[in-house]
Amino acid sequence: MPQSKNDVVLEVKDLKMHFPITRGLFRKVVGMVKAVDGISFALKRGETLGLVGESGCGKTTVGRCISRLYQPTSGEIYFKGKNIADVPEKELKPLRRNISMIFQDPYSSLDPRQNAGSIVGEPMVVHRLVKSRDEYKEKVKHLFEIVGLNPELTTRYPHEFSGGQRQRIGIARALAADPDVIICDEPVSALDVSIQAQIINLLMDLKSEGEKRLTYIFIAHDLSVVKHISDRIAVMYLGRIVELTTPRELYNNPLHPYTQALLSAVPVPDPEVEENRERIILEGEVPSPLFPPNGCALHQRCPIATPECSKTVPPLRECSEDHWVACLRI
Amino acid sequence: MGRLLEVKNLRTQFKTFDGIVKAVDGVSFYLDEKEIIGIVGESGCGKSVTQLSIMQLINRPGKIVGGEVWFEGKDLLKYKQHGPEMRSIRGGKIAMIFQEPMTSLNPVLTLGYQLAESLILHLKMSKEEARKRAIELLGMVGIPSPEDRIDDYPHQFSGGMRQRVMIAMALACNPKILIADEPTTSLDVTTQAQLLELMVDMVHKFNSSLILVTHNLGVVARYAQRIYIMYAGRIVEEGTCKEIFKRPRHPYTKGLLRSVPRLDVEGERLIPIEGLPPRLTDLPDQCAFLPRCPYKTEKCSTSPMPELRSVPGEGHKIRCYVDIPEVDYATV
Repeated sequence: MPQSKNDVVLEVKDLKMHFPITRGLFRKVVGMVKAVDGISFALKRGETLGLVGESGCGKTTVGRCISRLYQPTSGEIYFKGKNIADVPEKELKPLRRNISMIFQDPYSSLDPRQNAGSIVGEPMVVHRLVKSRDEYKEKVKHLFEIVGLNPELTTRYPHEFSGGQRQRIGIARALAADPDVIICDEPVSALDVSIQAQIINLLMDLKSEGEKRLTYIFIAHDLSVVKHISDRIAVMYLGRIVELTTPRELYNNPLHPYTQALLSAVPVPDPEVEENRERIILEGEVPSPLFPPNGCALHQRCPIATPECSKTVPPLRECSEDHWVACLRI
Repeated sequence: MGRLLEVKNLRTQFKTFDGIVKAVDGVSFYLDEKEIIGIVGESGCGKSVTQLSIMQLINRPGKIVGGEVWFEGKDLLKYKQHGPEMRSIRGGKIAMIFQEPMTSLNPVLTLGYQLAESLILHLKMSKEEARKRAIELLGMVGIPSPEDRIDDYPHQFSGGMRQRVMIAMALACNPKILIADEPTTSLDVTTQAQLLELMVDMVHKFNSSLILVTHNLGVVARYAQRIYIMYAGRIVEEGTCKEIFKRPRHPYTKGLLRSVPRLDVEGERLIPIEGLPPRLTDLPDQCAFLPRCPYKTEKCSTSPMPELRSVPGEGHKIRCYVDIPEVDYATV
């Protein structure tokens, strides 16, 4: 890399995404769901950032804002140094080539009336990356091979494939336009355990083998999967990042009470380890993002909350090197 | 501890246009009093159909074609599906919690009505008694101010709350056996932890036994005493929880354990099970795991489906010809 600044592929600054709730004939705005409420992070080339949290924490919305499937309410998203948060719809095409997405449900994210080959090849046609019919066919076959599918299956339709194979088609499509960043939104949660490992390995291989040094944003609710694949993990709660650090640090030294509870809630497949594990069980449920609590969003469920926590929103600050926490008590 | 439930050679099939699907093909297992057992397998392995067969909840095109289900000295499969004996057992002595709390509650009836229904039916309570008990039960499963919430409808509750109501409903008649079929799969991790703790607490409190059906190896490791691993409609390995996690002896179990990323282990490369599960319409005569098995030998491809055989370790059995080298799972 010629310049150090080029190393950062993606930088998100104070990203906010608020969805209005409307009522009545004139669609009067009666409330705001603050799905994402001020998120910042930076991604280096070749890095994998894991975004974890429970449903409704805004992790998917972050992914969709970055790929500009949503127009963010405010904030900046720098991709290779250019702010893409306000780029108008018409000029988004080159961006879509560089940032692609893998979706959660391999059963509904593929067009049932398009055959597998054309699903995979479509991005190349849209972005005019191939010059001849032969080159196109060659490239589609190559993509099939990369993701571990038989190239003779290009004429089959999605329903003829199993869940794991469909997810491979989704990955091949995401790779087709040769992107810099791939946003993986729960890519393995709809798959069976034995198939999950195949897909996780494939994603990791693509990153280490390709010449391009792919950058991933890996969104999932399963902390053990995220820990396995990520270089850094951001734990989200109600639209904000509460802790951001390396997987090892997160597991060995979780600082935020929510991270601690999340870690202890994930069962480990080993009865002997389980017997000696401490369990922190949070009371109650995640509050509605429509009426988020004042101050720290966790304070009603937090075992170490003080009256101060209900007044001040804790900022995300660096506690030790590369370990960021948003908690007033730490 | 007495034997509470014994399932022998249960077989359930579905007739489809593609042929007969042998969803459950000779499954035998038992459950002792106050015991928690885990039944583990991937989707389509027959774990849920096994449980539905015990309750005789299989409808056409499915049919229970053979086997016995012994409970309190009687074979439940001898009873008619809609007969009075079966109806008194279903929800009374054996209760079930289903996977989706969203769809297993009736949306047009209040929770109080749905809770009281089984109390009035099975325990012959009066309406007032049943209502009082229903409020008590809601309180026990941690619903705040149950006397106000009892007249609410399911849509007024969150997913976790609804599953709490399901637990209350299942335990309302103090059943001997609770069957929980993927009880927490559709819920968030922290809610999942809350609910599993609650369910196991309640099972202890009511002196019931629990059959935990799941694909999550971590959940069974935390709660089950004994485990059955299913693959393609059959049990392929059974034994105590500690034994199976420490010394898995069936290649499938071993593969399953190695393919899940673990929170407490540094991220090495996962070792997936190659290939896909077999189609249940044309199962081979040989071992169903054969095409995916890394340990297969000559004998496996020429011999019929292996029977369950005992291996060292308390009650440890596997359905496999091969003695795979004994390596601790933790060191794999």
